[in-house]
Amino acid sequence: MEYELKFSRYNEHSILIEWPAIMDENMLKDILNFKNIIEKKYIKQKVEVINAFNSILVIYNYTIDNINDEIFRLKALKFTEDDLVDSKSKLWKIPVCYDDEFGMDLNEFSKQRQLSKTEVIELHSSATYIIFFIGFLPGFLYLGGLDKKLHLDRKSTPNLNIKKGAVGIGGNQTGIYPQNSPGGWHIIGKTPVDFFNAKSSPPCVFNAGDQLKFYPISKSEFLDLEQDVKHGCFQLKPLQNA
Amino acid sequence: MLKVLQPGFYSTIQDYGRFGYRDYGVPVSGVMDLYSAQFANALLGNTNDAALIEMTMVGGKFQFLEPTTIVVSGAFMNPKLNDMPIEQHKLMHIHSNDVLHFAQVEQGFRTYLAIKGGFKSDVLLGSRSQYNPVTSNNTIHKGELVPYQSFSNLYGSNSKVKFDDSILKSNTLDVFKGAEFDRLSEKQKLQLENGEFKVSKYNNRMAYQLEPMVENDLEPILSAPVLPGTVQLTPNGNLIVLTRDCQTTGGYPRVLQLMESAINMLAQKTTGNTLKFRLKE
Repeated sequence: MEYELKFSRYNEHSILIEWPAIMDENMLKDILNFKNIIEKKYIKQKVEVINAFNSILVIYNYTIDNINDEIFRLKALKFTEDDLVDSKSKLWKIPVCYDDEFGMDLNEFSKQRQLSKTEVIELHSSATYIIFFIGFLPGFLYLGGLDKKLHLDRKSTPNLNIKKGAVGIGGNQTGIYPQNSPGGWHIIGKTPVDFFNAKSSPPCVFNAGDQLKFYPISKSEFLDLEQDVKHGCFQLKPLQNA
Repeated sequence: MLKVLQPGFYSTIQDYGRFGYRDYGVPVSGVMDLYSAQFANALLGNTNDAALIEMTMVGGKFQFLEPTTIVVSGAFMNPKLNDMPIEQHKLMHIHSNDVLHFAQVEQGFRTYLAIKGGFKSDVLLGSRSQYNPVTSNNTIHKGELVPYQSFSNLYGSNSKVKFDDSILKSNTLDVFKGAEFDRLSEKQKLQLENGEFKVSKYNNRMAYQLEPMVENDLEPILSAPVLPGTVQLTPNGNLIVLTRDCQTTGGYPRVLQLMESAINMLAQKTTGNTLKFRLKE
């Protein structure tokens, strides 16, 4: 499908490219293809490209002399290049312990959504989510695909200390806190997996366009895995999706 | 080694930023006032990756364990070398065990201590800029030893370039229209273009919140990329200017975008300082 794109100057050295203001998995593919083409066509040290739900920001490491010329060059890329992002995305399986000790808001959340705890866990861990982009905090994934039955507005009073690894729901999104942080999401579980490590290369194994599924683990499995992660014996491995 | 005798109010090791990891949500960081930092590094003949110490509001006290050459730039914090006042924006030769002492800021807000060859703290994800959780700390601490290479002779460039102190004195910020500028009402646009704003007490390396509020009924947007210098308008009417440690994406309408020179200028402002925007077409 062809989308109508809007190109505009963001500042002296960046250009913003916008798609229609929707969250859509097919549109994400189009965005990531374009991102890939820009990254391939420009030398990595000269240009940094970041994407979000419906836009790309192309950040140059120099001042753009003539913004219209540069926009023209970007538009030309769009319509001449045919090497697209590999259609095989990765599927990551993330262990989550939904025990009350970690999912401190699970009881209240179930009540508000008029579901049993088992139903919440079942709905949350049966869906396949897509990573739209990584932002907010280093290693924080913006995931699409949360079941409508689990949509619930953020808490009116944020929790000041949500623990690293906490799995939460806020509005129409679910996500994992990669570091201790304040936040307003309903916490329903916790994963022992590291989502960001500055000493690893790359510091985060996930990429926009990858898919992700949660699977429930018991508290004792959680504690075992936590030790494995701590000692570097746990390696998250993705499955290749057709 | 540089021994930190007193760190000051908020002193942090910064280079020009951490590039190439924004895709993973990692802020770009780097010196808040790039103009003053580049000025000092240029005098020393340093390369673009040379790290400096950025001091905020109240400077620190440092002992140099080896000889070197330094430049102090940016805000004025009454620098004294072995209790004798020294000039800023000028090469200073340092002997072993010299003590450099800064006081409370008198003009501007952020002062840079640049050193020949740059400070050699650990590089993480391509940068020495302190930002937790990439680095283990956000600031330097009392008793910490910061490595640098020793240089026995006075060494620097013969540059006679004068430091442009309008960076400290001017309060006019040059801005572009932000991505959502056109959604503003005429009244809101007039307030942004002609109004005077004050830096609120909520100002740091992530963002500067301004006063007064701007009456607002714009809805949040789908989270979209942001950069240092992006001015966001929150649903309750707060104007927030993002600075170097800001998030990589945000969900508030982006109403203005500071030009690079304006970000440097803002970095020298503190609580209560007044500001005006000047819109560039």
